[in-house]
Amino acid sequence: MYRDMIRIRKFEEKVYLLFLEGKVLGTIHQYQGQEAVAVGVCSALRRNDCITSTHRPHGHCIAKGVPLDSMMAELFAKSTGCCKAKGGSMHMGDISVGAVPAIAIVAGGVTLAAGMGLAYKLQRSDRVVACFFGDGAVNEGAFHEGANLAAIKKLPVVFICENNFYAASTPMQLTTPVGIAERAAAYGIPGVVVDGNDVAAVYQATVTAVARARRGEGPTLIECQTYRTVGHSRGDAGTYRPKEEVELWKQRDPIERLRRSLIADGAAENEIAAIEAEADREIETAVAFAESSLPPQPEDALLHVYGEGVTP
Amino acid sequence: MKRLSIAEALREAMREEMLRDERVFLIGEDIGIPQGFGGAFTVTLGLSDEFGHERVVDTPISEKAIVGAAVGAAMMGMRPIADVQYSDFLFCAADEIINQAAKMTYMSGGTVKVPMVLRAPVGATNRGAQHAQSPEGFFMHVPGWKVAVPATAYDAKGLLKTAVRDEGPVLIFEHKRLYGKGGRKEAGGLDLTSGIPDEDYCIPFGQAVVRREGADLTIVATLLMMHRSLAAADLLAQEGINIEVIDPRTLVPFDNETMLASVAKTGKLLIVEEDNLTGGWGAEVAARVADSGFDLLDAPIKRLASYDVPMPFAPVLENFVVPSVDRIIELARAMVKGKV
Repeated sequence: MYRDMIRIRKFEEKVYLLFLEGKVLGTIHQYQGQEAVAVGVCSALRRNDCITSTHRPHGHCIAKGVPLDSMMAELFAKSTGCCKAKGGSMHMGDISVGAVPAIAIVAGGVTLAAGMGLAYKLQRSDRVVACFFGDGAVNEGAFHEGANLAAIKKLPVVFICENNFYAASTPMQLTTPVGIAERAAAYGIPGVVVDGNDVAAVYQATVTAVARARRGEGPTLIECQTYRTVGHSRGDAGTYRPKEEVELWKQRDPIERLRRSLIADGAAENEIAAIEAEADREIETAVAFAESSLPPQPEDALLHVYGEGVTP
Repeated sequence: MKRLSIAEALREAMREEMLRDERVFLIGEDIGIPQGFGGAFTVTLGLSDEFGHERVVDTPISEKAIVGAAVGAAMMGMRPIADVQYSDFLFCAADEIINQAAKMTYMSGGTVKVPMVLRAPVGATNRGAQHAQSPEGFFMHVPGWKVAVPATAYDAKGLLKTAVRDEGPVLIFEHKRLYGKGGRKEAGGLDLTSGIPDEDYCIPFGQAVVRREGADLTIVATLLMMHRSLAAADLLAQEGINIEVIDPRTLVPFDNETMLASVAKTGKLLIVEEDNLTGGWGAEVAARVADSGFDLLDAPIKRLASYDVPMPFAPVLENFVVPSVDRIIELARAMVKGKV
């Protein structure tokens, strides 16, 4: 888990620099500070379980196993990207490892996740889907409709709310009158709050929810309280958040916490350093792959509109 | 060979596809409730008795969840047929239809497919403005969706089967007044049946049908307006005016060739649609003919559509707004006589 959290952090830091250099195009919504959520959740899933993601998908994709090469190539708008340069940052994904291309409409993944769960149920499969969304999503109609359908049909879905307390710049207290996990009661499903910066806590809560889903007992809503230590998107300096609050959360950095706990449990410093060095090398390789890859042909824009050429 | 109404033909298509392919299932409101409606227009009546409530999934009144769940299930290898009761309710699920279903294959670089069918009844039937629209044009505009508009029972069955087997999302617009005998009787509804072959058949998308041949004027029309155009053509024939009526059967893909071949013969094109005039599918069709068939025309292209107002309730108002057989006759006659 430490390996994946470090891979996410370093990937995001590198992407930010590449964005400033103009090599990564468009916009980016970054995941620094929330790594324990993606990694804790995805560690509790099997490879053939699926996730749905959001406009902030890099961490989810890395945790679910999307190769960094193809992710970086996608950000560089190259034909070798995981979405063949059709998706970009906000639609990152790779269905072959269970990462549905990310859905950048807030709460858009909630109803789709219910449908994916319905498919698994009809297929008599014990697969589950973990559906990531932010605190802003719980006030969308799609959240209510999807959560309600999943609950009434007992579908194998785990709803993961990454509560970072701000919907873009709007603080949660202006939008959400009750705790997010409390919403679960409205659907008659378990709702739990976990420390989203404690990867072990996220993992444990997800294991419980996944087991319940696999048993056919239906969804769980897990509210992971966390914080993005960077802006909402490119160029957001986060001026709407008190400095003290940001500092407080930086003290709770999930990677630092895990590192301390690993060392307390007897892990060697040099082992941890080796994991970090390996992540650096992997990211450098990914950048080299992306830089050396070819852009798509302009006419490729006309492919994949109607599902032709897709293997049934 | 037997004769079925559109409602019966759609039901038979769904039943046969469910028997043929266990991935096919139905999802919607009021579709499988015991002693219930079988959908708003009886199309799914009895299917839950045969296939059980697992494959005929009754949902809350949650159009976003119905369409979103169909998208999600289709992505995971199922073949959902979703039903929203009235096409007006498609707008509740605009995000799922336009941002999710239509774009998922594209955004994934072709690796994720969304083989789903979405059924939506259209047409004005004295229900007021929110259960009356014919919004085919809205969705024809969205790259990613194919759009079918069956006007006969034969086409309804064959097009629905093609839709179920398609690798991408397909919208089927069915007309409330055309469900016919066996479906719920609509005031003024036509009692239409077709001969249905005993063997399995599919109708390829993008193949229009010439419903009636004629040399004086081409009418392109779908659904109820196609039937009204045929009725108008019958009456005009008594005056010696011969109308060719073309039913596109699918708006996406659209059979430009059949239409242009007809215009080459007649030199005149009238498009009749039930949607209101501005920005309807007829505008797109007119633009295409102006673009690639300008030299074939010897008169301006005309469109006859509902007026640009929300659909009113009162029959006297509704009948005024929606193109009638009389209005089709009047405009077609004037066009043939060179008076417009």
